Amino acid sequence: MKAADIPNWIEGEVKAPGNPEAEIVDAYTSDLLSDVMGNASADSVLITVQGHKNTVAVANLVGIPAIILCNGRGVPQDMQASAEKEGIALYTTELNQFTASYKIAKALNKQ
Amino acid sequence: MQSIPISTYDSPAAVLELIYRLKVKDVMTADIHTTGRTATMRHVRNTLKDNSITGMPVVENRRILGIVSMEDVLQALDTGSIDEAVEQHMSKKLIVLEEDMPVFFAISYFGRYSYRRFPVINKYNELVGIVTSRDITTKLLIEANHEIERLERETEAPAETYTGQIERWFKVYRYDFENAGYASTEIKKILKTRNIDSKTARRIAISAYELEMNLVVHSNGGSIHFLMDDNRVLVQADDTGPGIDNVDLALTEGFTTATEWIRSLGFGAGMGLPNVQRVSDEFSITSEPDRGTHAKSIILLPNTATNTQGVNNESS
Repeated sequence: MKAADIPNWIEGEVKAPGNPEAEIVDAYTSDLLSDVMGNASADSVLITVQGHKNTVAVANLVGIPAIILCNGRGVPQDMQASAEKEGIALYTTELNQFTASYKIAKALNKQ
Repeated sequence: MQSIPISTYDSPAAVLELIYRLKVKDVMTADIHTTGRTATMRHVRNTLKDNSITGMPVVENRRILGIVSMEDVLQALDTGSIDEAVEQHMSKKLIVLEEDMPVFFAISYFGRYSYRRFPVINKYNELVGIVTSRDITTKLLIEANHEIERLERETEAPAETYTGQIERWFKVYRYDFENAGYASTEIKKILKTRNIDSKTARRIAISAYELEMNLVVHSNGGSIHFLMDDNRVLVQADDTGPGIDNVDLALTEGFTTATEWIRSLGFGAGMGLPNVQRVSDEFSITSEPDRGTHAKSIILLPNTATNTQGVNNESS
């Protein structure tokens, strides 16, 4: 799936476009940045409620092209700016992490 | 007029480092004149005049009660109360600095308040000195001179140090979540320019990121040292304290001393050091309470350079 397809699956809103053509092959759901750092695979979409700038930094280090911020969490301005600067897609959704995760699993044919 | 024209957030790194590293006690005047609360304003006037100063603290049992300035003396002269006791004229609204605060605190205080001087206390609330904006600018100029000298020396010989080896130092500050991840992101960029394979680059990035975040979350501040040659990458984190009580425990997955608010940011999962250990080919850490912690992670690079050399040796 392309990053640009993500918002359609999760009733998401685009906060930063990133690279819409980025190929998403996996997903990782976590709020612990060390856990993401250590275990998420590159080219995943990160599903989290951790809405701050450091999440973008970790995504960038891991090679994660897209982040979904769940539960209608607000995006701090510096986080959005950082996502735009690093070219990482940032979406928000009202869905919780479980729901967003299984919708993305469906999109990735991983169920 | 009294504010010091140095920004505490977007000044050059060398200046930022100075104002974070220097403590109030490094810039303050420790040898100061004080007066008791029962002394007369006339006595104060004489002391101020004789010593060419414009104000002094009022002290009892090493505790500061107030501050009395030339303006208070003028006021007393005006109202004919120059023979009254200091305590009736001193200013009791006190803003004090603590001796262990970084100088950037003092700078921001001069920007925020209109006072010309701040009394400095130690952790027992005892008066230990006074700091004026002049104290700060003088000390900063001296330190800035040293720093510029050092930078000039450094920039003289960049060409010869570049022999396939890259070295970088990054300063990391306590609780500076704003810039957290900067060092590891820069390191990742270097790895990219060197075409390091993504698997190895990932391991190095993990090591750098966790060590960097440890400095932000747990240390009083420190540095990340990155050194890379054809065979290996060293990432080293050094700080000046507070040290780790039990290193073995800190290396146990899930163990953390992080506070609730740090955990709410997604840090402090107790995975940092175990992650570093896992991705490193060589890992060592030494720490003592109240002293610094030094963590060293070495990751070997898939060894193209040595291979070529091997081939050359065989054919010769």
